[in-house]
Amino acid sequence: MKQALVLRRIGLGALAVALVATLAFVALRTGPLAPIRVTVTSVQEGTLRPAIFGIGTVEARRSWMLGPTVAGRVLNVRVDVGETVKAGQLLAEMDPVDLDQRLAALDAALARAASTRAAAQAQVADAMARRELAALNAQRNQDLAAKNFISPNALENRLQEKASADAALQAAQANLSGTAQDITRQKAERSALQQQRGNVRLLAPADGVVTSRDAEAGSIVVAGQPVLRLIDPASLWVRMRVDQGRSAGLAPGLKASIVLRSQPRTPLQGQVARVELLADAVTEERIAQIAFATPDASASVGELAEVELQLPETASTVLLPNASIQRLQGQTGVWRLSEGKPAFTPVRLGASSLDGRVQVLDGLKAGDSVVVYSQKALAEGARVQVVDALVKTAAGGAP
Amino acid sequence: MISLAGRDIAHSWSKFVLTGMGLGLLIGVTLTMAGVYRGMVDDAHALLNNSGADLWVVQKDTQGPYAESSSLKDDEVRGVRGMPGVAQAANVTYFTMQVQGADGSDTRAMVVGIESGQSGEPGYLVAGRQITRGHYEAVADVKTGFALGERIRIRRHDYTVVGLTQRMVSSGGDPMVFIALKDAQEAQFLKDNDAIQNDRTRTATNPAFNRPGVPGLLDAVQALQTSSHSVNAVLVQLAPGFGAEQVAEPIRRWKHLQVFTRAGMEEILVAKLIATSAKQIGMFLVILAIVSAAIVAFIIYTMTLGKIREIAVLKLIGTRNITIASMILQQALGLGLIGFIVGKVAATIWAPVFPKFVLLLTQDAFTGLIVTLVICALASTLAIRTALKVDPAAAIG
Repeated sequence: MKQALVLRRIGLGALAVALVATLAFVALRTGPLAPIRVTVTSVQEGTLRPAIFGIGTVEARRSWMLGPTVAGRVLNVRVDVGETVKAGQLLAEMDPVDLDQRLAALDAALARAASTRAAAQAQVADAMARRELAALNAQRNQDLAAKNFISPNALENRLQEKASADAALQAAQANLSGTAQDITRQKAERSALQQQRGNVRLLAPADGVVTSRDAEAGSIVVAGQPVLRLIDPASLWVRMRVDQGRSAGLAPGLKASIVLRSQPRTPLQGQVARVELLADAVTEERIAQIAFATPDASASVGELAEVELQLPETASTVLLPNASIQRLQGQTGVWRLSEGKPAFTPVRLGASSLDGRVQVLDGLKAGDSVVVYSQKALAEGARVQVVDALVKTAAGGAP
Repeated sequence: MISLAGRDIAHSWSKFVLTGMGLGLLIGVTLTMAGVYRGMVDDAHALLNNSGADLWVVQKDTQGPYAESSSLKDDEVRGVRGMPGVAQAANVTYFTMQVQGADGSDTRAMVVGIESGQSGEPGYLVAGRQITRGHYEAVADVKTGFALGERIRIRRHDYTVVGLTQRMVSSGGDPMVFIALKDAQEAQFLKDNDAIQNDRTRTATNPAFNRPGVPGLLDAVQALQTSSHSVNAVLVQLAPGFGAEQVAEPIRRWKHLQVFTRAGMEEILVAKLIATSAKQIGMFLVILAIVSAAIVAFIIYTMTLGKIREIAVLKLIGTRNITIASMILQQALGLGLIGFIVGKVAATIWAPVFPKFVLLLTQDAFTGLIVTLVICALASTLAIRTALKVDPAAAIG
């Protein structure tokens, strides 16, 4: 009986100790007293290949909008979207309205001008004949008047006739040159009209593909409104937009890897063809054009593309994963472990790569222990427990 | 002097321990309920802490961005950056929506659009890396259940999860998914393709926007409709040496925007946004505490009543009243202590299983301990009164 009681007491005591121990464990492992679990990395030197990432849309470097230069009605459109056209090919025609009739009228006017000219030539011949007769008569009468066979009055009459005949000839000649000028004017007018007539024919300015057919026969378009749009499919490139803050190093000639939205698994090769001097002030982006290394027939204009530009490798410096970079009261730095306690160390950062590594220009040296991941925000001198990983990941590293 | 209480407990220890465990589970529920309440308030604070901001600049006359919707033009941030005392200012968008995981399942999450390297970015990660590409990368809270490298879908774009973080939640407890600001702006205001097509047709049929004499007008209007340059708030960090109100006042006055300081934002979140649900939980907590107290009192009372014959015997053999009273008190306190320890351990074990955050504060546990012991002591007085009234004759009668 007595022994049983002692046993029970020991059992109860053990139970009490176990309970208190559990409580102590719980209090120290959870809540504010528990250490913050962190993972650390040893700072290492190395090089990284920074890259620029941007998105853009596929555009054609050379594109044309074909439309009339004056308002009018579309007579016919001879090509459709997707058709390949050759330079000079007739693509569409505007309604010439009265241009043909006006041409016929001008032709008639020209013929009439030629007749008028013939009449004027005849008039000149007539005037010349009259003048010759008047000159002979005047000559003869002068001789007679010198011998006083006729009165001076009769001579003056002849002389006046000759002067009149001279004047009549000049008038006829002027008339003739007038008709010649008339013909020139009519011819010029006709060729102007001919030009206008030719202008209603919309010809392909270069080899290309029709991308849109904006008006059909019978519709009225104003001057400058497109009827057809063409692009040169060999001139497709990607108009890429890059955040200004991440565009350092953007220059023509950089090698690019282009991923079209339609083919996410097959990156295409390319090269920066042009970096625009004008940046977008509203979206804070820079704009560059990336040409495909080999023209890709599968790309469609307006398609979204992701572009990655490879920059030259940097010099060897201290590198850190970007997850370890913290911002505290406006300062950039890392939590460095010194004697097991985190201490905030300000650092100066350099280039970064797309896989999340950052150059550290100063503030750290190789071999320093730096906190990468932490369960919660750290504070100076907080209790930490270093573990291998905070969450189980299949790959165990950054993607 | 032998311990009467110890003897008695040792006599029927299994009953005692089981009663203590039962009591413990009840206390555990009460502590958990307190934890739920604390967790709710802490969610609100976590939201403020994680944004890393000292000031929130939002649309005039609104209480955004968490409690009300607020919309600012994204170039306002430049004006704010120029104000005295502003060390850093960053645009941010918040948008609660369903995010689709790789397996097609939906997760409710708050999508946060951040400018990388600025405040608003997740302060710490538990795996992976921060966003490095300007588009189509995401950092997700572990509560979303997304894994590193998983492709998640927000509206029409797929995003790769490159980093995981912890305790980044909205005031409603929804886990956050961080994406680049430009993507977020698009996701927030982008409609589905059918809606866009319908809008285009609607605009095209409006003669005001589709004039035959003005080619290009329709295209310009269409382009204007689909672009978005709005954000929900500007997060401001103060330069050293400036007071929050001192910086906030000129922005309110000259920029015609609403500015909240940390204290003002806490007021909005804690006192306004979660006030009703917090009160609901608080009310439940009070009732639970009262019920627990009553049950503790009854248990101790019935425990004493069950021993009435033994007490009568004790009295008969001339035990002093004070000895009997201390025995009952000691047992009551012991029961309370066991109950508290079991409750605390139980609450700690099941707290992480809750879908929303349950915050067990040491201070709450301490208060709980004191309250439990006081209630046990009070309950024992009732039992002591009955015990002392027992007629010693009852032992033989």
